[in-house]
Amino acid sequence: MSIILETQQLKKIYGQGDIQVTALGGVDVVVREGEFVSIMGQSGSGKSTLMNILGCLDRPTSGNYWLAGSDVSQMDKVQLAAIRNRKIGFIFQSFNLLARTSALENVMLPLVYKRPNVIPVPQRREMAHEALEMVGLGDRTHHDPMELSGGQRQRVAIARALVANPVLIMADEPTGNLDSRTSQEIMELLKNLHKRGRTIVVVTHEDEVAEQTERTITLKDGLIESDLKNKPQEEVAA
Amino acid sequence: MTSTIQNDASAQAKPFSDEEEITTLINPGEIVSIAWDGVARNKIRSLLTMLGVIIGVAAVIIMIAISAGTEAQIAAQIEGLGSNLVFIQAPFGRGRGGGGGQAPALVFDDLATVQNVAGVSGAVVEQNTNQTVKSSVNTLTEVSLIGTTFQYPDVRDVPIDEGRFFNEKEQDRGTKVAVLGAGIAQDLFDGADPIGQAVTAGNTRLTVVGVAEPKGVVGDTDFDSQIYIPIQLVFDRFLPARFARIFGNQVRIIYAEIDEDRELDAVIEQMELKLASSKGLDLADITFTIRTQQDIIDTQGATTEAFRNLLAWVAGVSLLVGGIGIMNIMLVSVTERTREIGIRQSVGATPNDIRFQFLTEALILSLVGGLIGIVIGIGGAFLFGQTGDMPTVIVPSSIFLAFGSAAAVGIFFGFYPANQAAQLDPIDALRHE
Ligand SMILES: Nc1ncnc2c1ncn2[C@@H]1O[C@H](COP(=O)(O)OP(=O)(O)OP(=O)(O)O)[C@@H](O)[C@H]1O
Ligand SMILES: [Mg+2]
Repeated sequence: MSIILETQQLKKIYGQGDIQVTALGGVDVVVREGEFVSIMGQSGSGKSTLMNILGCLDRPTSGNYWLAGSDVSQMDKVQLAAIRNRKIGFIFQSFNLLARTSALENVMLPLVYKRPNVIPVPQRREMAHEALEMVGLGDRTHHDPMELSGGQRQRVAIARALVANPVLIMADEPTGNLDSRTSQEIMELLKNLHKRGRTIVVVTHEDEVAEQTERTITLKDGLIESDLKNKPQEEVAA
Repeated sequence: MTSTIQNDASAQAKPFSDEEEITTLINPGEIVSIAWDGVARNKIRSLLTMLGVIIGVAAVIIMIAISAGTEAQIAAQIEGLGSNLVFIQAPFGRGRGGGGGQAPALVFDDLATVQNVAGVSGAVVEQNTNQTVKSSVNTLTEVSLIGTTFQYPDVRDVPIDEGRFFNEKEQDRGTKVAVLGAGIAQDLFDGADPIGQAVTAGNTRLTVVGVAEPKGVVGDTDFDSQIYIPIQLVFDRFLPARFARIFGNQVRIIYAEIDEDRELDAVIEQMELKLASSKGLDLADITFTIRTQQDIIDTQGATTEAFRNLLAWVAGVSLLVGGIGIMNIMLVSVTERTREIGIRQSVGATPNDIRFQFLTEALILSLVGGLIGIVIGIGGAFLFGQTGDMPTVIVPSSIFLAFGSAAAVGIFFGFYPANQAAQLDPIDALRHE
């Protein structure tokens, strides 16, 4: 399978001088098309820092990052915005939905910023509707986030991450704010997407979540401690 | 479950080759719709933001309406003085004959001199006296009686409504006739027909022969409250005998009407020359004040210009305050909506998308505020004109000016907050609580 993302000696250093914090100390990762990868590690080990860089929300201090063949580490703010828009669907722990905005409009948001080929609004609506149906919220399209449960909100966020058909879906502790039953529902949804060929990277500190992915990368103090294939999912589920 | 989204492994695998132009802004309609949503979602906040602009724009329109109204009123008054009028007066406190005669007095005979100057189409004199005036119905005190000559209606542009003005013969003989101003006719006779009725001014019984058309107040003269009588009658009856001996047939003022095609200054110079020679004096001794309508227009013009400048300042300051208000709330709004900005950035909004969103919001706020301000301004100016003492004229260009200023204010004061928003880093914006 082709390589979706690859990093070389990715470093992120916060602050300057005496108060420097090395959040990432040189990370090499390769994720191939169709993989379902989890990233684990203790609090402060650099998981979010890595995810933000991989998600093009942040830039590394040094090192290289190729996403779908492009050298993202060399890109400026505008180019990064375009990459986020076209290539990445990001799912946050705290959902990050627009308040007082319907589920449908929240899901349509990435399509608003699509360019230069503008998608007509009726088609956007249709696409958003499909994405919401995929996450099982076809009947909640006109509710705004305040009227939805935590699990439902995260489903809206997942629909938003899917709608623009990105090459990579990234989730930073997507179940962190949810109870275990709802967490499992969200995991089932992600597994489902993976089965359909999606490439997914998910950060978690729950073993039960990590076990359901194909491969687990563990970070420690900003470096990769281990990178292991998990047992086939059927056995875990049984 | 048939969608492009579920079975798109092939689309995912597509290499990153579609390097389209990505620096373009999303289309303006899109930005406007996003910005409009931003404004509409926070109605109270939006209204408060607009308040400054609403007041500013309304102030501009009302101020200009008041200023234009005042100017129109003054213009009408100056027009009311009669066209091409020259005013000849003896200087204040002098020429009253008393103090050794160094300064010449303005006397009735000077009227003939003035009338004989080439280019003078008509001239009248005025000498007033204040008297208690009685009719069969009412008694009024301190009524201004204007002793004048028969050409008065033409030269001073006071048409006669009923009856007639006195004629030259009556003027010279001092016949006991009177022509009433429109207001005083009403006051004296309560609507009854005054023509042929008698009024008593001081000790003199006068017969009313005419009533003037209403003319209103021009300058400091209320034409409607005056009574016109032959000048000779003032000399005969209303100057105390002792006074009359000293002052002779002095008049307060001569009004001369000049032909339209004449050079005013030349005519005035001729007047001075003729007056000097008729009195056997040097030109330098003619110390009369000779003013033209233009002098009066200039004086009034300077006053209205100062007034207009003041109003412009007030209006400008209110717009400025309105703009600062917009900037203030936009800055608060950017802080408040940092998370929203982060979310938009995370799904692909570029710095320019964010910048133009907030700039457009500021523009919408100031334009909507401007429209509301225009409505209030027009309504306010109208009410002012109806109820206040200030006449108002709504000037169409003031509406465009106000609206244009509102737009400029929106762009100018929206720029800083919009830039602040655009410069936010996605990761910091998303972390914002
Ligand atoms: N903006 C920042 N400025 C300074 N230091 C930072 C910043 N963000 C993260 N760090 C530091 O970098 C290190 C890695 O942080 P990171 O958020 O990536 O950890 P994490 O693995 O996601 O932890 P958690 O499981 O608690 O979410 C930490 O030591 C953190 O204090
Ligand atoms: Mg984290």
